[in-house]
Amino acid sequence: MTRKIFFVLNGISVHVETDPARRALDVLREDMGLTGTKEGCGRGECGGCSILVDGEVKLSCIMTAAQLEGKDIVTIEGVCGEGDLHPVQRSFIERGAVQCGFCTPGMVISSVAFLNANPSPAREEIREALSGNLCRCTGYQKIVDAVEDAAKKMHGGGRDG
Amino acid sequence: MGEVFLPGSLREVFDLLSGEPEALLYAGGTDLFVRSSLEEGGGKPLVCLERVEGLKGISDHGDEIRIGGCTTHSELIRSRLVREHFPLLMHAARRIGAPAVRNMGTIGGNICTASPAGDTLPPLYIFDAFVELCSAGRARRVPISEFITGPGQTALERGEVLSAICLKKDHGCTFFHFEKVGQRKAMAISVASFAFAAGINGDGMIRKARCAFGSVAPTVFTSSNIDRCFIDKPMDEDTLRQAALLVRSEVSPISDVRASEGYRRSVAGNLVMRLEDLVRDTG
Ligand SMILES: Cc1cc2nc3c(=O)[nH]c(=O)nc-3n(C[C@H](O)[C@H](O)[C@H](O)COP(=O)(O)OP(=O)(O)OC[C@H]3O[C@@H](n4cnc5c(N)ncnc54)[C@H](O)[C@@H]3O)c2cc1C
Ligand code: FES
Ligand code: FES
Repeated sequence: MTRKIFFVLNGISVHVETDPARRALDVLREDMGLTGTKEGCGRGECGGCSILVDGEVKLSCIMTAAQLEGKDIVTIEGVCGEGDLHPVQRSFIERGAVQCGFCTPGMVISSVAFLNANPSPAREEIREALSGNLCRCTGYQKIVDAVEDAAKKMHGGGRDG
Repeated sequence: MGEVFLPGSLREVFDLLSGEPEALLYAGGTDLFVRSSLEEGGGKPLVCLERVEGLKGISDHGDEIRIGGCTTHSELIRSRLVREHFPLLMHAARRIGAPAVRNMGTIGGNICTASPAGDTLPPLYIFDAFVELCSAGRARRVPISEFITGPGQTALERGEVLSAICLKKDHGCTFFHFEKVGQRKAMAISVASFAFAAGINGDGMIRKARCAFGSVAPTVFTSSNIDRCFIDKPMDEDTLRQAALLVRSEVSPISDVRASEGYRRSVAGNLVMRLEDLVRDTG
């Protein structure tokens, strides 16, 4: 049983003909070829599959393809401008917040949504915002440093504390 | 795999349910698709409630606040009405999962899952919330404590949708506290949780108190014995010690992978004792 699902993916109107009960994660990775979105746990616990749906972070491993219908979807491939990294991505590189990189797409997606809503966050708020994204490598400090740095780049924001 | 419907109105939901009686409802999917992965699926048709207009929004109805069944935890946290009249519910919603789970998970899903660890439930018991259930032919209202009949069990009937949660504003409480103990701070199912609301007189004497505990009994645990033991007393160590004793003797926790029965019992009492720090800090 397939049907056409229309949505906006990283700024471009697209459609896909698929089984509506497939996971949004699989449609993005397999049908759209966007493998930046990762599957860690497949059950909502690791944040690896985070995407933006109308600007809000959601988990594509527990979303059906049907739910993409009519939505504005942004994956890690779409956060940057034309040929230019997003400030969050630049800060992740500069601050050494990437080791194996598996958690990075989800971390960046969560950080982008968070900084859009909270331009000058405290460290504790950053930690809370990323509490659903697990990293097995970095120990998180450098990730929080990077988000703090990105806030400064984006808005001249970022508070101590 | 099966069909997934995205109805936009309750009428459409009821039409779908009468045509597909086997269909499974879901809102955020944060419980359903974790319990039974989408990949395995059961092949049953799914009805997604996320776009049903009548199930969204938080509105003021004079003496009552009405919270649509598909209101997400993030929406609860952002709501001015919730913050003003039911801050306890906002505190509890803040402790759920992490941002993405709160953007997806709904209060209706939390209630229908009926987990003893459901974090919005203790505040809803404290405020004697009613759930509004709608089906094609009728609507009914049921107190939350009657709606949830056991762990994972509710009085929801086939063809019914939890359309709203109704809360009376005149609860008479001005002091609120919610605390959850888990194995880690975020994303953790609680080992024990405690919600407390009290009305305190000008002279510091407690006029009214309501306690509700999560994860220490098959459903949310409340006790009029415990609530009564606060009345006409100040919020001091003596009062709390007596309440904690009662709590430890009355709760009926289980041992599971997260904690032992004995640990849960003692944590439940300790959570009550913690109120003393709060009173000291705020008073
Ligand atoms: C990583 C993770 C962390 C979590 N952390 C917490 C936590 O800290 N605290 C907590 O309490 N919960 C937690 N949860 C559980 C879950 O997020 C919540 O219970 C959430 O509120 C469920 O809502 P939902 O809309 O996603 O439910 P769904 O999965 O969509 O539905 C759950 C059940 O309710 C039924 N249902 C849903 N809405 C309706 C309705 N309007 N009418 C009739 N039936 C309905 C569905 O048929 C299904 O049986 C967590 C989940 C995950 C994945
Ligand atoms: S893969 Fe979706 S949260 Fe882990
Ligand atoms: S960098 Fe390896 S999981 Fe985070």
